[in-house]
Amino acid sequence: MDSIGVLMACPMSSYLEQELEKRFHLFKFWQVTQKPQFLKEHSGSIRAVVGNAMAGADAELIEALPKLEIVASYSVGLDKVDLGKCREKGIRVTNTPDVLTEDVADLAIGLCLAVLRRICASDKYVRSGKWKKGDFKLTTKFTGKTVGIIGLGRIGTAVAKRAEAFDCPISYYSRTMKPDCKYKYYPSVVELASNCHILIVACPLTLETHHIINREVIDALGPKGVLINIGRGPHVDEPELVSALVEGRLGGAGLDVFEQEPEVPEELFGLENVVLLPHVGSGTVETRNAMADLVIGNLEAHFMNKPLLTPVV
Amino acid sequence: MASHPQKDGAPPPFGRRPPRPPCVLLLRHPLQFSLFNRPLPDNFHFLKPWESPLPLDDFLSSDNACSAEAILTSGKVPVTADMLRRLPEVRLVVTTSAGLNHIDLAECRRRGIAIANAGGAYSEDVADLAVGLLIDVLRKVSASDRYVRRGLWSSEGEFALGSKLGGKRVGIVGLGSIGLKVAKRLEAFGCAISYQSRKKKPHASYAFYSNVYELAANCDALVICCCLNEQTHHMINREVLLALGKDGVIVNIGRGSIIDEKEMVQLLVQGELGGAGLDVFENEPKVPEELLALDNVVLSPHTAAFTPESFSDLCDLVIGNLEAFFSNKPLLSPVLDE
Repeated sequence: MDSIGVLMACPMSSYLEQELEKRFHLFKFWQVTQKPQFLKEHSGSIRAVVGNAMAGADAELIEALPKLEIVASYSVGLDKVDLGKCREKGIRVTNTPDVLTEDVADLAIGLCLAVLRRICASDKYVRSGKWKKGDFKLTTKFTGKTVGIIGLGRIGTAVAKRAEAFDCPISYYSRTMKPDCKYKYYPSVVELASNCHILIVACPLTLETHHIINREVIDALGPKGVLINIGRGPHVDEPELVSALVEGRLGGAGLDVFEQEPEVPEELFGLENVVLLPHVGSGTVETRNAMADLVIGNLEAHFMNKPLLTPVV
Repeated sequence: MASHPQKDGAPPPFGRRPPRPPCVLLLRHPLQFSLFNRPLPDNFHFLKPWESPLPLDDFLSSDNACSAEAILTSGKVPVTADMLRRLPEVRLVVTTSAGLNHIDLAECRRRGIAIANAGGAYSEDVADLAVGLLIDVLRKVSASDRYVRRGLWSSEGEFALGSKLGGKRVGIVGLGSIGLKVAKRLEAFGCAISYQSRKKKPHASYAFYSNVYELAANCDALVICCCLNEQTHHMINREVLLALGKDGVIVNIGRGSIIDEKEMVQLLVQGELGGAGLDVFENEPKVPEELLALDNVVLSPHTAAFTPESFSDLCDLVIGNLEAFFSNKPLLSPVLDE
């Protein structure tokens, strides 16, 4: 199989690189200086693309790779893959569901606690020596707070299960109401935001959910409300979010994702009611290895004409 | 004619003056009341030693103080045998803390003095913080937040990977009100819970270890939820921490001295212990300098109970306990002998 060309879109995992190199002819796209020339030269041998949350396979890349058969994403989100184009050309697409569900849900709750209880700000308080001069202040209780979840898929459901252990009443918004669901459904995000203390984004990024958190939703959440984003940066109108936080119109935010990663609005750096993470939702050794194994497993299955493990297209 | 204070709580006979309100020695104005400008109940007479020019010792020996029937203290002001000897009328000690290590329990027992503490008023908030600290250490939340704020995500690339919480074996030291709530929360994250306490709890379904070394040897993380007393002082010693191991994590929301702090710091610095989330320390507010340089520790300034709800509930409880006791009703949050 080592004559099969696999194009890796950006750096994501040295373990995955190693494993791909053992089995295929791996091309590292980020090391290529003249991309159009490279694509012309190697388009005959590249049969697979490995992407992630940062870079995948857009229409332009797909068109430049006439031998492309499969896009295997090292992520569960597929917003960086032109799914329509893949369907049109019969290109298979796989992602990494389930293996990262728990880690992302754990982090969502970790962000709730870090923001409400000011864990990061307290740690800074101690490290700066301020505790010697006086007590820290009161923070906000998490147990019992109303939690609203946008998107009740695998991750949203896992978040709800964890929040329930803290006696948080759960409500949700999704495109359609889930039958047999014990949580309260709201038919719009604004209504959900008006009726919860903490709003958690856990849906996929699509054309419809782009900027699903806009000024109206932020206003509905209000000066005591908290936004937790473990979805994608473009779910949130970031400039609106920043001004709401800076002006005190929104109570706080826990953000693992941003519109232009790795750029993070500097206005947020001075705020103690926000927690800023570098897209680490699935960022554990255990889970990243499991994700890499799933990418390899899907590629091997494809090239051995076996059923794909986690196909989306 | 002088009136006699009614001991049985019954209303005074017609024509007599009403009984004097019970006298309570207030060792420090409780933060929980002052933060919300909540007045102390006016059906008690509070003695306030800091309003007197006398040093505390002299104040306690004065005529003023010796009529005190109850003491209201916080976790920071000790109730010693010496103090109790000077206050022969004291029948009740109320503390605003959950912890009792600042009270001479044996002396109280000898004198038949009842004790009331914070009961379960703080349990939810303290359990929440314990979980928050554990997630922070394992997933490097505070460390990553610092990394982002320093602009390093753009310039240096991805931060180090953390460790998955699900499937971790978590040992809870002390399965009381707080320990049980920690267990319930962590179960939802897929953690395998076991515990150590003086006696096995018949209603707990978690695996029991009678000694803390065995617990540590069989866990990936320890959460300290027990009280501080002679038996638990430095109970988490070098051996226990080594048993927890290079990847092991310790979270302490109990009292600093339950852990041998010096040993823990050394093991963290040497990489023999994986990480720590600490809300309490042996010498608050002093925190060992070496910890300030470590990314695998999360430091909290003893704020596990610092929410408006906990403090408000505590105020209600203090008032409720005082009123119950002096109406000859059972205390709301008595500390019972075990």
